[in-house]
Amino acid sequence: MEILLAIMIAVLTSCGIYLILRLRTFPVVVGLTLLSYAVNLFLFAMGRLTLNAPAVIGATDQYTDPLPQALVLTAIVIGFAMTAFLMALALRAWGEFGNDHVDGTAIPGSDGDDRR
Amino acid sequence: MSVLFAIVLLPLIAALLPRLVQSMGRSTVAIVTALPVLLALLLLLGTAPSVLVDGELLQAAVPWLPQAGLMLAFRLDGLAWLFALLILGIGLLVIVYGHYYLEKSDSGGRFFSLLLLFMAAMLGVVCSDNLLLLVVFWELTSISSFLLIGYWSGQAAARKGARMALTLTGAGGLALLAGVILIGQTVGSYDLGTVLASGDLIRSHALYPLMLVLVLLGVFTKSAQFPFHFWLPHAMSAPTPVSAYLHSATMVKAGVFLLARFYPALAGTDLWFVLVSSIGLVTLLLGAWMALFRHDLKGLLAYSTISHLGLITLLFGLSTRLAAVAAVFHVINHATFKASLFMAAGIIDHETGTRDIRKLGGLRRYLPHTMALATVASMAMAGVPLLNGFLSKEMFFAEAADTPLYGSLNWLVPTLATIAGMLSVAYSLRFVHDVFFGPVPAALVAHAPHEPRRLMRVPVEVLVLLCLAVGVFPAVVVGPLLAAAATATLGGELPEYSLAIWHGLNVPFLMSLLALTGGVAIYVWRAPLFALQRRWPRPHAPAIFEQAVQALVAVAGRFVRFIDNGALQRYVSWLMLPVALIMLAAMASRPDWLGEHALTPVDGLSILATIVAVLAALATVVLRRQRLVALLMISVVGLIVSLAFLRLSAPDLALTQLSVEVVTVLLLMLAMYFLPSRGVIESTWWDRSRDLFLSLSIGVGVGLLALFAMTHPGATISTFFIDNSIPGGGGANVVNVILVDFRGFDTLGEITVLAIAAAGIYALLENLGLCLPIYDPEGRPWAKDRSPLVLQMISRAVLPIALLVAMYILVRGHNMPGGGFIAGLITAVALVLQYVASGVHWVHARVPHNYHPLVAFGVLLAGLTGLASLLLGYPFLTSTFEYIYWPIVGKFELASAMLFDLGVYITVVGATLLILARLGKLSVVEQEEGN
Repeated sequence: MEILLAIMIAVLTSCGIYLILRLRTFPVVVGLTLLSYAVNLFLFAMGRLTLNAPAVIGATDQYTDPLPQALVLTAIVIGFAMTAFLMALALRAWGEFGNDHVDGTAIPGSDGDDRR
Repeated sequence: MSVLFAIVLLPLIAALLPRLVQSMGRSTVAIVTALPVLLALLLLLGTAPSVLVDGELLQAAVPWLPQAGLMLAFRLDGLAWLFALLILGIGLLVIVYGHYYLEKSDSGGRFFSLLLLFMAAMLGVVCSDNLLLLVVFWELTSISSFLLIGYWSGQAAARKGARMALTLTGAGGLALLAGVILIGQTVGSYDLGTVLASGDLIRSHALYPLMLVLVLLGVFTKSAQFPFHFWLPHAMSAPTPVSAYLHSATMVKAGVFLLARFYPALAGTDLWFVLVSSIGLVTLLLGAWMALFRHDLKGLLAYSTISHLGLITLLFGLSTRLAAVAAVFHVINHATFKASLFMAAGIIDHETGTRDIRKLGGLRRYLPHTMALATVASMAMAGVPLLNGFLSKEMFFAEAADTPLYGSLNWLVPTLATIAGMLSVAYSLRFVHDVFFGPVPAALVAHAPHEPRRLMRVPVEVLVLLCLAVGVFPAVVVGPLLAAAATATLGGELPEYSLAIWHGLNVPFLMSLLALTGGVAIYVWRAPLFALQRRWPRPHAPAIFEQAVQALVAVAGRFVRFIDNGALQRYVSWLMLPVALIMLAAMASRPDWLGEHALTPVDGLSILATIVAVLAALATVVLRRQRLVALLMISVVGLIVSLAFLRLSAPDLALTQLSVEVVTVLLLMLAMYFLPSRGVIESTWWDRSRDLFLSLSIGVGVGLLALFAMTHPGATISTFFIDNSIPGGGGANVVNVILVDFRGFDTLGEITVLAIAAAGIYALLENLGLCLPIYDPEGRPWAKDRSPLVLQMISRAVLPIALLVAMYILVRGHNMPGGGFIAGLITAVALVLQYVASGVHWVHARVPHNYHPLVAFGVLLAGLTGLASLLLGYPFLTSTFEYIYWPIVGKFELASAMLFDLGVYITVVGATLLILARLGKLSVVEQEEGN
């Protein structure tokens, strides 16, 4: 199971970073979403893997490490807020500059020049 | 000692007043400025018996930043007393003079405010009993003098002069700070008394040369010593009262004050002798030489000031106790005669409209009083007997004559000193003779100048009288003051000296005579010298300075443009590169990636799920241009991530991830709808291969790192949480108890972040006019149909059930998987579903849709729950719980942490809906306008 999770983390990280390095806003936001999956899994993995032992007192004899779970839980929600914020930035840039380039500047000669 | 605080702080607090009363007339402004200064001066004079006569050391201290060694500590010893007297006394005269000098159009309020600020800063420098405090005030003098020099900010010369002064003195201030910190670290205290007593420790320290050079850099820039002298003449674009104040008694004296202050701690080494005396000697000669050839009255005085400062520096450099006494004496004398000369120059400028010596002449006919005053002051500057300048110059000559330290070059110092004396006599003569004697230029005849108002001359008269009084009765007038100041400077007993006018026919007197006759000769035969000087190659210091500044700005600009070119891709890749390199280096070291930790068993379903997730992730990348497909792929990945959490004993995470997944996909769909499908710029193949390299090396590295961590045993602090979950938090679900109880403060921070993000998104999308796409990427028009009826009906039926489930999840969260975050997300999803199925208008007509207050309320509720425990006397966010028995339900646990979780719930619902509704509404409004 550890190897499977490690492969998943590796692939998600690679895909996320590659997409973050694109020039247009939509892939960058998608890439960030992928990267946050990877980061969450990575953080979670720091508590080691345990099967069938949720950290609910009395449910089982042994418990998995609850602390990384608590950290990841808030990270998931905040990750969503960040993705949404970036999306709003991307939309604003599209509305202001008429292009979806990540640098958020007007590109001379593009059809978006006379947009606003 | 509140008197001490009052003396320093009175001008500081009063600095606000002149601006406030500006509308009440110029006289009011001047009176309001002068009164606090007068009061401070009287307070200072009140301490004279104890400080000057009894030799007491007055101290007062209040901690400011004791952790950093910074104390608001002041001391008043003889040296500080002398300087405070100069600052306040001459300051008062300058205020009177300035009142008459300023034009009606000048802002008197601003001028006097700045003057008082500067005065306070100077008082702070001289009275500081703490090294760091001294530097703070030192920097304050730089800043306030910058503002004063640039007072006529409309003039380019004033701006340039002010900038140059600030750059040099500010840089010197930084060097001083570094030096002071080194000293403080060496001694172990920033207390001035301790530092002064630790001279031996400092001088024997390995870093002593560095400390000395850093402190001297501060001194030399401030006191305009060679090669930093050039800012001073350019600071002459300031109003003349400012020049009279800054460049006679205060600002430039701050540097030599520091030499005196640190004399017991730093002086007495060969390095001190060589550095200080040689720089002083060069400055003395250079300043005197340059002064002779200035045509601008204030320029002449400026270079003369540089020269006299060089003289004082040289005296401190000579390192004998008598030389230090002479230096302190000359500080007093120079302040009096130079301030009066500047004021006289200001009167001449004020009455004739010019300061150019070539355009002046014969003014004795029009300004007889001013002439008398200027002549006496000039004679003091030249060192004519019966005036104060003579006495200190005599002492200087005496010290220069028996300097044994230069070895075979011993004749050099007295010779050069005499030459400097001659030049000083020559330029003093020029100041008087060229201006007040000779023929009157035609321009002046036409507009005959007249004497200024009586009161404008009073400050000059006072100062000139002092020059005379000191010159004639030195022992009576200045004896005790000099003794006290010199004692404080030397930090020990005084050497033998006598303040008499006549010491007999000795070497110093002969040097004085030589200087006087030589000076007159130079002045009489000055024509060839002027011709020589015209041919002399003169490096234009300001131009060089300006070029250096421009070059620095250009280099900085190129550097910034290289690093900060506005391209996000480049920033991110620069950030990723070191990470990739670290990962590669770690991989190269080949640790055992698979540790002894037993691997968890694998099942077929997990393998299948992993393969699907990997393929979906790759597909997201490859098919990113077909955005709908990419979106489907990424939701597959998200789903498998939540399943993985479920499989690996993290039900809370699975629930959270699942509900976040829904809102994320909705968000991305909305964004996809708006954002253009085709881009303008595509990456080059080079960019792509670079990105491939970066992403692959980091990805593989992170994966291996995770594997390494997972297969090696590690210590965890979670045992505490598991053990204390029920006894301490009253909940069986440890994850939730950690969130709302053990680490409740973190959670409070996190929901605050969520709220801020929501508010930010709301603001970003405000007034955003987006053009709605009419066609999809394939050119098909977007459908305008309503959502399917089936979806509408089902979604409405689902809503109450979903809300019920959310409540259940919220309430049980403390003991079973669930809690505020998950319940909030479920509620949000249920409501968002209504938006999707029935449209914004339908929902807004039925549901209160003002989500900001909701978010705020949630954060407040969570925060107040924490504060409640404070009220009860427990630390912030301490939770309590109680079991109560309800009639039908039975035993039920009520924990205050549940109220906190309710706050989390409300925040999550509010923030998620705020974000999505805001984005969704964007399309509706536009469509209505479009139709």
